[in-house]
Amino acid sequence: MLSYVIRRVLLMIPTLFFVALITFVLAHSAPGSPFDKNENRPLPEKTIERLNRLYGIDQPIQVQFALYLNNLVHLDLGSSLVKDRTVADIIGSEFPVSAQLGVQALLLALAVSLPLGVISALKQNTGVDYASLLFATIGTTIPSFVIAIFAIWIFGVYLNWVPFLGWGRGCGPLPSCDWKRMILPTIILSLGAMAFLTRITRASMLEAVRQDYVRTARSKGLREQVVIVGHVVKNAMIPVATIVGPATAGLITGSFIIETMFSIPGLGRDFVLSINRRDYPLIMGVYMLYATLIVIANLTVDIVYAWLDPRIKLSK
Amino acid sequence: MALLEVKDLHTNFFTRDGVVKAVDGVSFELNAGETLGLVGESGCGKSVTALSLMRLIPQPPGKITQGQIVFDGTDVLQMDEDEVRGIRGNNIAMIFQDPMTSLNPVLTISRQISEALELHLKMDRSEARKRTTELLDLVGIPSAKKRLDDYPHQFSGGMRQRVMIAMALSCNPKLILADEPTTALDVTIQAQILDLLKNLAQEFRTAFILITHDLGVVAGMTQRIHVMYAGRIVEKADTGELFADPKMPYTWGLLRSIPRLDERRKERLVPIEGLPPDLIAPPPGCKFEPRCQYRRDICREKEPDLVAVPGAKPDHLARCHGTQAGGWLVDTDWRREIGDTRVLEEIKQEVASVPAEAAKTTTADLPPELTQKEGI
Repeated sequence: MLSYVIRRVLLMIPTLFFVALITFVLAHSAPGSPFDKNENRPLPEKTIERLNRLYGIDQPIQVQFALYLNNLVHLDLGSSLVKDRTVADIIGSEFPVSAQLGVQALLLALAVSLPLGVISALKQNTGVDYASLLFATIGTTIPSFVIAIFAIWIFGVYLNWVPFLGWGRGCGPLPSCDWKRMILPTIILSLGAMAFLTRITRASMLEAVRQDYVRTARSKGLREQVVIVGHVVKNAMIPVATIVGPATAGLITGSFIIETMFSIPGLGRDFVLSINRRDYPLIMGVYMLYATLIVIANLTVDIVYAWLDPRIKLSK
Repeated sequence: MALLEVKDLHTNFFTRDGVVKAVDGVSFELNAGETLGLVGESGCGKSVTALSLMRLIPQPPGKITQGQIVFDGTDVLQMDEDEVRGIRGNNIAMIFQDPMTSLNPVLTISRQISEALELHLKMDRSEARKRTTELLDLVGIPSAKKRLDDYPHQFSGGMRQRVMIAMALSCNPKLILADEPTTALDVTIQAQILDLLKNLAQEFRTAFILITHDLGVVAGMTQRIHVMYAGRIVEKADTGELFADPKMPYTWGLLRSIPRLDERRKERLVPIEGLPPDLIAPPPGCKFEPRCQYRRDICREKEPDLVAVPGAKPDHLARCHGTQAGGWLVDTDWRREIGDTRVLEEIKQEVASVPAEAAKTTTADLPPELTQKEGI
């Protein structure tokens, strides 16, 4: 087990190297430069040349990449070419917001979808089941920004129940944090994953509940709750666990739209805007961070998977 | 008093295509320590009968619509859920067909056996674990103690079926239902498992019902045999008597299709022609009439009763107009006279004329897959 984890961690290095390589090449091969923002008042040629030299953008791309990697190994992500801050500083102040939003949304999605999927499967073809299927279908088919607009209008403006702009000052212990502002964005960000996970859980439960071993469990005289919790759910969670990994990645990286709509100062904005601005160090910093997170999420899922299903041997 | 008395049991499955009468008026008795074989082809209602005894029929679509199942003096069908659970695994235990799928893949062997012990015998974890080790020893699992925390996939098919047997025996049940316990195993393992089952049942004086489609399996195993066809019992006899002097053309057909080692001439095996009956709209008369080469007009008009047959022991019952007193098959030697060859041709032609689609629905295996809707 331990050797497996070590091997997987070591395997992250080539994965991340290629992510860096591809992102770097793509970012630099896109036309434009960080210093041609204003077409009406372009910077003088000389200034641009000096800026390029200052930030090393005039060097051949392979040299730039080698320099970047060297800095990366020394945990130096460089400085933003647009904002007057280091990339580490930007990530340090914005990522906690995105992470909190993503984790809250993930936990909410799990807390709702797992029980809902289980109940829906157990009460197959009843009102509860149809309601949850309807919810799951709406959640997967209607994009989050559409739902966000309706939610802002209904709960924020019309009913005036919750504030819907900004995030407040970071979040420490609950009372000190501005949790009301977090309600809408968290719920709306989680809807997609919630709907998807509900469907997977339901399908997986339906599959598991009609396996022979469930009949065996019943033939032992176990209570129905014991049969479901002890025998069915653990089996049904195996396929669900495989989906949670990609879902987590989706929640963390997919928060750009939600962050924009709710004016949340998260990293999602930089995830997209850094590209428009050709802010190369920031692009690299954000993408490397997300790539690392996704790789870690996948590893976690594989470990959980092996823990759930004894037939899977990690050492192989 | 009999340990188990089944009276006029009807189990139906309510499907989109109609009501499937999977068990249609089955009655039998079983004394304590007695062994009974329930024999018939796939879809004849053997397994549904066994599941009905423990009230494990998936509901919906299934439902026991009529009858009594008196176990140890109490009607199982009148019990509430708690009482039924008190019997399951405790007084009646079941061994299922496929040990590959009947054990939970994500729980250890000891957990799966201990569960029933903790529930019914109120043992604590360590007691249950100790007893589990003894049980695994008993069913012949080598170095049982070391294997307690293994998972089912770490056992071979035969070993898993031994685990299933240990699980069934765990609470010293009065009755074990073994539903095709050896069908999924290869022949050498089959013999071992059957021996084990027989010896343990004798040792513990446990009654058991062995359900199988294979007359060869029950031959040395049970005291009595009931042959089922289309949800009904069509013949009841002592095992020896049934093999020596069967009184129902369907049983003849089953016996003819078993290969014999002691036969000198290499004769071809004779299959039963025709298709299994449609359980939604069964034939009006004798259920076997459409496939019977000895049939007469009366067979189509009126269903025969299950009655004693002349020239046999009084407890030998058969459901056939031909072998009843005054019937045309009373003196027939089934080994020599294979019936009217013209009728045989007719049956073959009828089968050939049935469109493939219809044939598929009639042979469809019964629940629970029958009406399950797709997952997502």
